[in-house]
Amino acid sequence: MSAPPEPAVQTVELKKTYPAAGPRPEVPAVRGIDLDVPRGEFFGLLGPNGAGKSTTIGMLTTLVVPTGGTARVSGLDVVKDAVEIKRRIGVVSQNNTLDSDLTAAENLEFRGRFFGLSARDARRRADELMELFGLTEHRKGNPFEMSGGQAKRVMICRALMHGPEVLFLDEPTAGLDPQTRTNLWEVLRGLQAGGQTILLTTHYMEEAEALCDRVAVVDHGRLLAAGTVDELKNAAGADTVITVAYDAPAPDQIHKLADRAGISKVEVNEGRVRVFAIEPGDILGELVALGNAAGVGVTDASQLRPSLETVFLALTGREYRD
Amino acid sequence: MSTTVLTPPPPARATIPRTFAAMMAREARVMRKNFLSTFVRVLVQPVMFVFVFSYVLPKLGGGAMAGGPGGPTFSTILVPGLVGSSIIMQAMMAVIFPLMMELNWQKSITDRALAPVPIPLLAVQKIIAAAVQGLIGGLLVFPAVLLIHAEGQSPHVHVGNWPVLVVVMLAGSLLAASGGLLLGTLLNPQKVQVLFAMVLLPMTMLGCVYYPWSALDHIRWLQILSLFNPLVYVSEGLRSALTPGIPHMPVWAFLLAIVGGTALLTWAATRTFTRRVLT
Repeated sequence: MSAPPEPAVQTVELKKTYPAAGPRPEVPAVRGIDLDVPRGEFFGLLGPNGAGKSTTIGMLTTLVVPTGGTARVSGLDVVKDAVEIKRRIGVVSQNNTLDSDLTAAENLEFRGRFFGLSARDARRRADELMELFGLTEHRKGNPFEMSGGQAKRVMICRALMHGPEVLFLDEPTAGLDPQTRTNLWEVLRGLQAGGQTILLTTHYMEEAEALCDRVAVVDHGRLLAAGTVDELKNAAGADTVITVAYDAPAPDQIHKLADRAGISKVEVNEGRVRVFAIEPGDILGELVALGNAAGVGVTDASQLRPSLETVFLALTGREYRD
Repeated sequence: MSTTVLTPPPPARATIPRTFAAMMAREARVMRKNFLSTFVRVLVQPVMFVFVFSYVLPKLGGGAMAGGPGGPTFSTILVPGLVGSSIIMQAMMAVIFPLMMELNWQKSITDRALAPVPIPLLAVQKIIAAAVQGLIGGLLVFPAVLLIHAEGQSPHVHVGNWPVLVVVMLAGSLLAASGGLLLGTLLNPQKVQVLFAMVLLPMTMLGCVYYPWSALDHIRWLQILSLFNPLVYVSEGLRSALTPGIPHMPVWAFLLAIVGGTALLTWAATRTFTRRVLT
């Protein structure tokens, strides 16, 4: 069976503005995003909370109606072909949306039946998936008496019941402890290695770096950059970022650093200095020495290795905060 | 790193009718699991009511409250009224309670909305599922109101018109369920307490449950005001079908109100529901 040629996800100038409600003015949550996700890819939408990631995933999964642009999933339009898209996608939302009136196994069984499986096939598929994800002993468990990690795994199983062409995950590891998070990463890596197309949103830099083939960085409803993690690191010129805070205005000599080979940018904001370097060398030590020479003390200093965090910093000029 | 190769799922035919049927099967499973807790709740009020008014009070010498000597027993008046109010209460609660959870707590409605059906059909499915519960609630009340009474206080019930009985029971359940969906999608969860105090309780007390509508001739303003209460038409419809000897509204009047009201409320509720789910 050959894969259909359409990309898994394609958006053009996708926009969503929530109308004003009472005293709240209208909210432009997504302001024109272009995405292109081929089949088989593990794609990440990365950005701080409120960047518009969940709204974007909401539009791709047909539950948020775009106010501009177009979005296609498996070649189908999210507005016109919503029902057909729903048949072809699996969605794992951020909250525990499992059906609290049903056991874990029944959640899967009925999900399968909603998507056209016979009751017997649905039960068999549910058993198979629960075994694969180490959930067999929780089959009869109430979804709200499980740990966060278990419930999330049940939700992933539920989303996989009908063999979706694209699996969407909205902040899959938010609120999970580090151990559970790395376990879940293994689950997702395994799925991708098995050929599953996955689109996830995350506000964890390290999650995007650990999992995704390609990443789109979004902030304030706009796409800042997209590409592989390495491409982003190179393109942003954001290599190592050295930050020093002085207890007085920074010494003037610091501006001369910008001319040196291996340094792409120097930003000075009163006592705060940020150097974007390709070859970090001992710039941090130099900055401290320059301060000492000028009689200015250092109150804070940091050196960030090349990462999506430094990319974000280079793109937005702001430090990445959750 | 381990590779998770999923076996392809068994062949599926996800047509809209099949999905709809599967959603109803889910409701049936949940109803079966929660049968006792759900229906004990509906039964307590009518059972207590007939016990006090058809058994205790007549024993104390305060019986035959309605109609006076030679008139119908109070238990006869109560049969259609209590069946009607059970249908309405159960159908409304069956849609409002789960909806409050789904729309607010964890926003689990987003997940229900991912089932491959158009969103308005999801609203219709909720109405039908709640109507089924209303109907079951109404049927369960029958034996209680027919059997609990003091000697000489037995209700005089005979089905005068089966088609009217069936239509009123079915359409009345749908009417309440669609009204429940409309209220549930318009109200925020903090107002549910208010809903019970300000809407459901007055609706039951003044729903011609404990007296026929025609008896309100003496209180004209209340008689007219009662026409805005959907339960009045269900009580009167059941009165017409079950106790035709007692004065009741003309058939065309309650059928028009119940069927027309159901159509109107279903239309409005699917719109408000869709607006809550699709943002």
